[in-house]
Order: sequence, then C-alpha cells, then structure tokens
Amino acid sequence: MPDWGIIIPSVLNGLTTGALYALVALGLTLIYGVLHIINFAHGALLMVGLYAVYYLNTQFGLDPYACLLIVPPIMFALGYALQRGIIGKAAHGRDENILLVTLGLAIVIENLSLYFFRSDTRLIDTPYAFTTVEFLGAFLPLPKVVAFFGALVTAGLLWLLMARTDLGRAIRALARERKGASLVGIDIEHVYGMSFGLGIACLGVAACLLLPSYYVNPQVGHGFILIAFTIVVLGGMGSFVGALLGGLIIGVVEALGGLFLGESLGQIGIFVIFILVLIFRPTGLLGQKV
Amino acid sequence: MTGNKTKGGFSRRDLLATGVAAAGVSAIGFPAVLRAAPAPVKIGLIHPVTGFIAFSGNQCRQGALMAIEDINNAGGIKSLGGAKLEGLLGDSQGKPDIGASEVDRLVEAGVNGIVAGYASSITLATSQEAAKSNTPHVVDVGVSDKIVTRGLKNTFRFGPGYGKIAKFAVDNLDTINKSAGSPAKTAMIVHEESLFGTGTAKLLSKELPAKGIEVIDVIKHANPTRDFTNIVLQIKAKKPDLIIPANYYNEYVLLARTIRQQKVEAKGIYSVLGGAASNYKFVKEFPEAAEQIMDCNHWFDPTSSLALARKKAAEAKGLYYTYEVFLAYNAVSFLADAIERAGSVDKGAVIAAMASSTWDKHGMPYGPTKMTDGQNEGAQPVNTQVLKGVIEVIFPKKFASADPVFPRTV
Repeated sequence: MPDWGIIIPSVLNGLTTGALYALVALGLTLIYGVLHIINFAHGALLMVGLYAVYYLNTQFGLDPYACLLIVPPIMFALGYALQRGIIGKAAHGRDENILLVTLGLAIVIENLSLYFFRSDTRLIDTPYAFTTVEFLGAFLPLPKVVAFFGALVTAGLLWLLMARTDLGRAIRALARERKGASLVGIDIEHVYGMSFGLGIACLGVAACLLLPSYYVNPQVGHGFILIAFTIVVLGGMGSFVGALLGGLIIGVVEALGGLFLGESLGQIGIFVIFILVLIFRPTGLLGQKV
Repeated sequence: MTGNKTKGGFSRRDLLATGVAAAGVSAIGFPAVLRAAPAPVKIGLIHPVTGFIAFSGNQCRQGALMAIEDINNAGGIKSLGGAKLEGLLGDSQGKPDIGASEVDRLVEAGVNGIVAGYASSITLATSQEAAKSNTPHVVDVGVSDKIVTRGLKNTFRFGPGYGKIAKFAVDNLDTINKSAGSPAKTAMIVHEESLFGTGTAKLLSKELPAKGIEVIDVIKHANPTRDFTNIVLQIKAKKPDLIIPANYYNEYVLLARTIRQQKVEAKGIYSVLGGAASNYKFVKEFPEAAEQIMDCNHWFDPTSSLALARKKAAEAKGLYYTYEVFLAYNAVSFLADAIERAGSVDKGAVIAAMASSTWDKHGMPYGPTKMTDGQNEGAQPVNTQVLKGVIEVIFPKKFASADPVFPRTV
C-alpha cells in the first residue's frame, strides 16, 4: 500500500506527464480523427522532431524552447511534403493503403535514423534540467510544467484554427463530405497536405517540450504511439479539447496505477480504459462516433 | 573498356601462353598467390541492435567486430593457414524468440561459432537453439546463472554471472558500510522486470539482511518506463539509506536524473549491474547526476596495458568503452583462441578447446580462464564510483584507483 502523502505529488506528476502525451496525441487526433488517416508513422516522426531539437541544441547551442520557432515549421513542411508526395499518391484514396504506406514510412524512417544517428540514447543538458517548481508539497520538474502549459496553449491554438479560420472550415468540410467539399471548390489535396502538415507540426512542438525531460533514440516513438492512439479514442476523434483531457486522464491513471498496482503493471489501467471506452462510449468523451 | 580483341574469348594461342606462364610462376615459387586462401571462419554475432536495448546491442556488436578486425590484422587463425574471421551479423530486436530464429539462420549459413546475445533472456534462447546443432556458443554479457546451469555442452560464459556479482556486491557493500561506521541500515531495490533485473533483485533481497541491511521495498518497472517520478516519490516516502538500482541504460539515466530532481537524501546509490553508473557516456553527459554513484559491474583491469590500449582504440573509433564493448571483444577473442588451439572448426574440437582454455590475453581482472561447466570461474566484477566526474575502481583493492566516498556528500 503506498504512502498517502505521495498521492497528491503523484497525481500532479501524472498531470504533467499526461500533458506530454496530449501533445503527441493532438497531432494524431487531427490526422486520425479528422482525415481518418491511421498514421503509424506518428511515433517515427516524433523521433525525427526530437533529433532535430537535439542537433539544434548540441550543434548550434539553441535552447529547446527557442527551437519552437524552427522545428514546428520544418515539421509542417515535412508533413505537407509527405502527404502530397508519398502518402496521398500511394494511397489511391483507399484507407487500407494509407495504413500500409504509413507503416512502411515508419520502418524506413526508423532504419534511416538507426543508420545515420546510431542507436545511442541521447539527452541534452539544459541549465534548468534539475530545476523544480514546488507546488502542494510536490517538486515538479520545470520542463514538465512548461510542457503542461505548452499543451494547453497548443490545444487552444488548434481549436481556434479549426473554429475560426477558412483552413479550419475547409478541413472540417473535407472530413464530413469529401465530394461536397470538392464541389464547392476546396482544393482537396492541398487541404489534406495542410492537415497532415499541421498534425506533424504538433509533433514538432511536442519534441521541443519533451526533450528537456526525456531522451531520443531511433526507437523512442514506440513508447508513445499506442498511448497516443488510446488518448485519441478516449478524448473523441478529432476533438482537441478531448485529446488534452484524455492525455491528462491517461497520465493520472498511469501514475496512480503504478502506485497501487506496482510500476510494472501501471500501464494496465490505460488499456483497460481503452477497451471500456470502445465498449461503452465509442464516441469518446467529447468526439464523434469512432 | 578493354577493347574488342577479347570479345570472342581466348584464342588457342592465348590459352597456351597463359598455361605456360602459370606453370612458370608456380615453378619459381608463388604458391600462396595461386593456392586458394583458406576458407574463412564464420562467427555469428547476434545482438539486440534494434529495440529497447539497442544501445547496448550495438556496443556489443562494435566490440565483437573490433576483435575480429584485430585478429585478422594479426594474421587470422594461424593453425588454419591464416584463415580470416568473418562476422555474420544477426539482430534479436531485444526478443528471445527472434534471437533463437537468428541462430537457426546463421547455423544454416554455416557459422563455426556464435557470440550472443547481451540480455539474459535472449541468451537463454540463443544458447539453447545453438545446442541443437552443437554449435559453440559464447555468452558475451547475459548474467543469469540459468544460462550455464542447464548442462548445455556448447555454452560458455567468459564473464561473471549474477550469483557471483550479487555476492561480491553485498560483501563489498558490507565492507564499505562497516568502515564508515555502518550508517546504512535500510535499502530499496529498483529493478527492471526481465530476467536480469528480477534475478539480481531476488539475490540481493536474500543476501542483504545477513549483513544487517533491511530491504524495505523492491520496486519492479517496465522497459521502457517513461517517467520515474512515481518510483522516486515512493523512495522519498520510505527514506531508505541506500538506493540499489538494477536496470538498463535508458531507465537508469531517467532514474538518476529524477533522484536528483526530487532531492532524495539517501546515504548512497549503490547499483548492481547498473546500466549507466559505470558508463563513460552517462558520466560525461550528466556528471551532476552521476557524482558519487557506486556500481558493482563488469570492468576491465585498469592496470593492464592491453586493456588500456583497447580502450584507446575503441575511443579512436568514436565508441564509449562500456562493458558491452570489452566483454563482446573478449567473447570473440576467447572463441578465436579455442579455434586456434583446436586447429580445426570441428564443433566438438572447438568446444573441447574452450572447456580446457587457460587464455589470459583479456585485460580483465580475472586471471587465466578456467571453465567449469561452461562458466569462467575466475571472472569477477569490480566496484566503481564516480568521483569528480571520473569512474574510479574502489574494489578489489588490488585494482583500486581511489578510496570509496560513503556516505555520499553531494
């Protein structure tokens, strides 16, 4: 039985970890929830973002938070190019093709990074690596507190983009009725590219906020991808607020699961939730039907 | 382009001229040029070069390839006419079943011996699979004692097993603790969930109480574990005098960082086979988190010029000289020495040569090899401690480069 005095610090830690998961899931919910693309390359692309931050930091001395100005735009361009140049072309409009193409992309990206970066686990050292914020008796690592607020801001920006801009309206129109969207003059391929690019740009943001408290190696994406899918289903397809909420819930469940069931069984709770949501609330907390 | 003259093949005159020339050359004595080079000796190298322990797997592979390169540069296997070693690479992806199927593939490809497989669970599978074809199998790292207690005649381990390591670790901890006035009375063990971590934790939990150190909790975690805050919060709540980690590199680094972040005030961090505690990479990148951590782990003999020369050569290749590198290097060299003495690649002869090995060119604090049921009896770990950013050997005294600092002062 755990010490009750550590429940509050553990929940707070779960919330900050959950915010990091939410950041990864935000991009996925856009791509998976809105465009119905099951992007198996999401973890591999997160790894690309993390390497970008790593090299900008170690080669050019850029702070990971300064990389927010560089990495997300690069990741956006990469996502746009991948969708228009590879995924869209190879998919021929069929969902099962997209699934295989993204899986293939993941394998190619991971193996290329193994070749170029080797399998070393790499970390960056920042002046604030050991800085903590004391809150309700808990020492919260500063990078995770920043990531928590970063996730809130990113989710808010994405919501604004979808609700208030022409691009957001076009993406939503495309998600509902592809033919209709085409008939009213929306450039479907361009909007697909933009959506995928935005989803991958979210990974760029996640990478900048994640690396100060985590590491990068070619396999790093594996640890996040299943959780991100769970969050998308839990939060509701295509719902950014849902993804944020789902991420936070998963973070807390993982933390408390670890505390009460033992660390090695802590993740069971996550997947039990996944199954229960699919059975009892297939629309997720805030989304449309799965 | 060589022109059109040769297009139609050799003429009868060309053929005769070539034959005469060849006969002449052989008569004046260039037999080595014309005789076929001896068939290469094929060594299967199976490591987890992808997957959750890929860093260590790659380090092993690099160490093994360095050994092959050095042996070939020194003239190959002389008793086989200078036959070169050829490394056939396999990837277990960190999974025992894939490790076993890689053994099948490499046996099919005609390997004369196998060096594998880094993790204990993988090594159990690879050695068992290799035993089916009686293929000589040298364990590079795998520390579980089950590996050498199943009666497999083909399996040899050059390094120590965790039974010996745990006993060594506990005895030395007792010495360090007593000489500081026995400040450590309680300990918490944090270990990874596979065979290596679980087995080590079990042995330590059994041995420590006999030395007056109560194990107040044992925490098992998954690979990968993305966040150690929860575990460290539990450590903080229970306030053990000692924290004993037994896990792989990635998790160790996150754990050490979190211990520092959460301001845990233990008297010492004493790892047993810690993935990072005696790792140059970790110490270089995070001197602050690594400072004064003690470890009981595989280590080279710091007084051996051979070991230091190999370390220099590895570093010249851009490698960190971690235990994976020198253990895999020695596993290949040990196998090559057996083939050299057997004078043949006959599996039975190589196995017999390994069983009777007295090889001593390893640069390890072991003494000459002495195999009993496949285990090198002389193999032992050492105790290290990170002091002012340098990994110092603190035990055994014979190899020590510094005195232990305990309780920790940072």
